[in-house]
Amino acid sequence: MSLPATKSDVVVAGPFKPRPATVVPLAAQPRRFDLRGLAVKVAQSVLPPIVVLAILLGLWQIAFSDPNSSLPPPSEVWAQSRDLIVSPFFENGDQDIGLGWRVLVSLERVAYGFGLAAIVGVLVGALIGQSIWAMRGLDPIFQVLRTVPPLAWLPLSLAAFLDSRPSAIFVIFITSIWPVIINTAVGIRNIPQDYRNVALVLRLNHVEYFFKIMVPAAAPYIFSGLKIGVGLSWLAIVAAEMLTGGVGIGFFIWDAWNSSRLTDIIVALVYIGLVGFMLDKLVSFLGALVTRGTSSN
Amino acid sequence: MSAYLKLDHIGKTFTRGSASTEVLRDIRLTIDKGEYVSIIGHSGCGKSTLLNLVAGLTQVSQGAVLLENQEVNSPGPDRAVVFQNHSLLPWLTVYENVNLAVSKVFAGRKTKAERHDWIMENLTLVQMAHATDKRPSEISGGMKQRVGIARALAMEPKILLLDEPFGALDALTRAHLQDQMMEIHARLGNTIIMITHDVDEAVLLSDRIVMMTNGPAATIGEVLDVPLERPRNRIALASDRTYLKCREAVLKFLYERHRFVEAAE
Repeated sequence: MSLPATKSDVVVAGPFKPRPATVVPLAAQPRRFDLRGLAVKVAQSVLPPIVVLAILLGLWQIAFSDPNSSLPPPSEVWAQSRDLIVSPFFENGDQDIGLGWRVLVSLERVAYGFGLAAIVGVLVGALIGQSIWAMRGLDPIFQVLRTVPPLAWLPLSLAAFLDSRPSAIFVIFITSIWPVIINTAVGIRNIPQDYRNVALVLRLNHVEYFFKIMVPAAAPYIFSGLKIGVGLSWLAIVAAEMLTGGVGIGFFIWDAWNSSRLTDIIVALVYIGLVGFMLDKLVSFLGALVTRGTSSN
Repeated sequence: MSAYLKLDHIGKTFTRGSASTEVLRDIRLTIDKGEYVSIIGHSGCGKSTLLNLVAGLTQVSQGAVLLENQEVNSPGPDRAVVFQNHSLLPWLTVYENVNLAVSKVFAGRKTKAERHDWIMENLTLVQMAHATDKRPSEISGGMKQRVGIARALAMEPKILLLDEPFGALDALTRAHLQDQMMEIHARLGNTIIMITHDVDEAVLLSDRIVMMTNGPAATIGEVLDVPLERPRNRIALASDRTYLKCREAVLKFLYERHRFVEAAE
């Protein structure tokens, strides 16, 4: 205690205490820094794809600018399908509507089919994951069914439901359920024995165990299954709608092909890609939100 | 004094296919209410199996576990376990982890406000009341173990089972938690069984030390009384003759008479 006093005989050090006050300007400074950092980050992640996109569009323009070429160049897409690109939500009559509306109709079907697949898939996966014999018995069957292409289910479901709307929903359901089931089952198999012991000591019943231990513990697996599932269901809806008709984005492509509107098809492809990308990000975001802290121990 | 917990001729044999391994044979032990008993032995001697049998997480092959003259053969909150690796649920906060136990054990017996007070009381007891909203990944190993102890204590167990509770911690944190455990034991008078492989920890904390022989078919080799006054102070005891004698007795048992033989595994 005496040493520091002799080193710097500033006994006034006590009154000189308002150090905490200097913290305030410190807090403001990093915020300004952050903004600049954020701008740099955004530029880093947004600029490269824009540059690459511009180059690709340029190459496309050069390759197909010949009037005899089989596919239209970007300039022609813009010229002929501008209304579709600029205003996604116009309504000029029964079949002449913006692509935004069509995407919404398709998304509604996906919501039904995929929502059902998510619920049923998690429940079935939970049952299978609990029993080693159910796993052994059902896993090979699921692995086979999983590889059946979405459209192969369509004739069967049309025959069963006798209507195109539930058939399309069923095709989505049956396409997207397998990864959900399989991932949930694996996630539940991998629940650490410690968590099971905690549940045993507390005498949690089946319902409590399901909601308080099983689902949160398996959530990272469940969400990777859901992410694959939502991608598959978006693949399935476009294909199914091409055959079943209606107002969805899939049928729009088929319709455009039948009336030789190639530029419309190109615009629709961009829509489908963007929406699929957003669906994927949405499920990832939900997963990150729900599994916050789960994987880290 | 009638036995609070009685291990009555317990044996455990694990069978996998045609091969069966006898892990424990003829374990006889009675533990009184409020007693602090340590079980020590070389790794692989079946200490943890014995604790799991008392917890009911593993079924006995022979004999019975009697708690207050009632046979127990399934797990329950009356025999709360503090696991070696804390086993807190990582998606719940510190508070929620304890709450999971409290809301289950005291459902219908305590109101919501009473449950909250009880959770906070137990977290305060282990000095973790400041971190209620932290998740397990955000706190240190020693803190996790303290929350694990709070969760177990909050179940108001008849017997507290500690499975090498401080084994994964560094020496300083371990000493700190040992002192806290002694304080809690003095305050609440719990009946505690602790698995350990640390001789000093066993002598410092326990009323009795149960020494296990090596497996297979391990059994209780010797039971040592630790006649040290409580409260105990680790610094004062470091040169205490009784302490040193107890320590020597355990060391002799472990390293002379029942030396760990790798082949016995």
